[in-house]
Amino acid sequence: MNYFKNIPALFIATICCLTIISCAKDEGGKPEEEGYQPTPLELKTPTMFKQILDSPIIPSDNPQTEEGVALGKKLFFDPILSGDKTLACAGCHIPAEGFSDSRQFSPGIDGIEGRRNSMPLFNLAWNYKENFFWDGRAISLENQALQPVVDPVEMHNTWPNAVSSLQAAPGYPELFSEAFGTSTIDSTMVSKAIAQFVRTLISGNSRYDQFLRGEIELTEAEQNGLDVYIDETRGDCFHCHGTPPNNLLWTDNDFHNNGLDETFDDLGRGAVTGDPREFGLFKTPSLRNLAYTAPYMHDGRFETLEEVIDHYSEGLVYSETIDPLMKAVGEGGVQLTEKDKQDLKAFLLSLSDESFINNPDFQKP
Amino acid sequence: MKKYIILFAMTVTFFGCKDVDEEEVINPNYNVTFNFTQNWDGEEITDPDYQTTVYTNENGEELTISRLRYLISDVAFTNEDGDTTLIKGYNLVNARKGINLQYKPSKKIQEGTYNLSFTFGFDNKDNVSSAYPDLNTEGWNVPEDLGGGYHFMQMEGTFTNNTSSTPAPYLYHTIRAADNTGDDLLLQDTSFEVNLGTVTVEKNSSFEIKMNVAEWYKNPNKWDLNILNSNLMMNFDAQIMMSENGKTVFSLEEETTVEE
Repeated sequence: MNYFKNIPALFIATICCLTIISCAKDEGGKPEEEGYQPTPLELKTPTMFKQILDSPIIPSDNPQTEEGVALGKKLFFDPILSGDKTLACAGCHIPAEGFSDSRQFSPGIDGIEGRRNSMPLFNLAWNYKENFFWDGRAISLENQALQPVVDPVEMHNTWPNAVSSLQAAPGYPELFSEAFGTSTIDSTMVSKAIAQFVRTLISGNSRYDQFLRGEIELTEAEQNGLDVYIDETRGDCFHCHGTPPNNLLWTDNDFHNNGLDETFDDLGRGAVTGDPREFGLFKTPSLRNLAYTAPYMHDGRFETLEEVIDHYSEGLVYSETIDPLMKAVGEGGVQLTEKDKQDLKAFLLSLSDESFINNPDFQKP
Repeated sequence: MKKYIILFAMTVTFFGCKDVDEEEVINPNYNVTFNFTQNWDGEEITDPDYQTTVYTNENGEELTISRLRYLISDVAFTNEDGDTTLIKGYNLVNARKGINLQYKPSKKIQEGTYNLSFTFGFDNKDNVSSAYPDLNTEGWNVPEDLGGGYHFMQMEGTFTNNTSSTPAPYLYHTIRAADNTGDDLLLQDTSFEVNLGTVTVEKNSSFEIKMNVAEWYKNPNKWDLNILNSNLMMNFDAQIMMSENGKTVFSLEEETTVEE
């Protein structure tokens, strides 16, 4: 065999391979190299959401990427962000509980309880008003993610300390490098990564969604419950929680005083704005996944859906800022029959999405 | 021959361009701005008035306003020849929160004198369920049992009724009238055209569209909140009356020009 005869061909082949590899590096690059770009990741948006709702909100300075979401997920489940490294975001936003907490008030690292029930986390990329928390004090998911870390009754840490812990933890600098192109960690990148993960928490496969897709029929009780929901003279729930089938979020993402108290220990939205007209107003929670998100209301005062329905039926109380949508406050509520109450509950439970809480993408890594 | 062809082409190009330029110079197109304001019989309603200022309606009930949102669509400029330039689209005004109080359509209007009008709400052709994603997320929809489509207005607040010292809520919601008491759903379009009269479009034209809220309770139907305060969406006759009252609600403030 004449090896020398093949030298020119081998030379050309080698040059070609090097060129290809070089080009490949230019396209993707390695973290911390100039021009490196993490891998774009599209949200898994349900088809009906695409048809009916505006596009989800994804900030231009924090696009969804595979590396960012993976990092955000790791951070969400890692107690490293808390002052004593014992409490993760997932400690109060538990997947099996609709990313809420079945305890009325979640205790922080010092054992001190907050004064509001942990809010469920799903479909938040469609909150076009971009007010987060029960009182809407955080504008954008990125800003929201910054607050629990330094809240003295939650993770009770400082951002310099949290960042220092991450910087020293094996693996994290590399993950930040892959997600954001730098291994020098800061709080902004932490909040961006967590926000990216939270935006992936999409729930759109409840029984009612399946009904809308023509896959199943509602039961007679569920159908009557839906009628109660949209009937002005009975439930009239749709003015705050959305009109089916055209609002799949089941919240107006706005703030209301829904007749819980005559006086307020917690001023809610009013404490944020300082406007007395907003004292006692809290964000409308979504009705999705109620099967997993008890207790209910901003302060978790109701342990069951029956108690919630009873409140709107007979338990409304007047206060100066009560929302006019609580139109039957003069009679204590809308006075539902026992059957309508049971059917309304059946319908509300049809909005729960088992595939969401069991989605492997959303479980602890 | 070739020389003549080039000369001919240059001539055509020159005069063609001249025509376009002259048209643009003689009748330029301008963006227009609409500013929506609200008042109670001439007394302007501004943010501090919501939930606090007490108004007395024609029937004598004292009321406050907590929330006021309304939708207008299809602004039309009709010239003296009857030709209409339509701005297809809608604007949902949230007066309470000061959102969309200014509407600047992208479509330009040729300089000139026109009759200005718009549709309050959506007419039947445009009032299509789930057609507008931004309105879906605003919770502006109407249940299908009531004909679907969208609200036209939501005015809410409290009033002092004649049976209790505690203020009672009212929900003055306007939609396409629907009667679902029979076997078939009966619908009647209650949107209406608001004719604002003659306007002149010129550079930086701005039009103030004023809503006199008191008119909703006044003319031609004197509104009794003690009787008609809530559950009005399903009240066919109430929707007809609200539509009738709405026809005298809007007016145009004198034209102004604003520097861009």
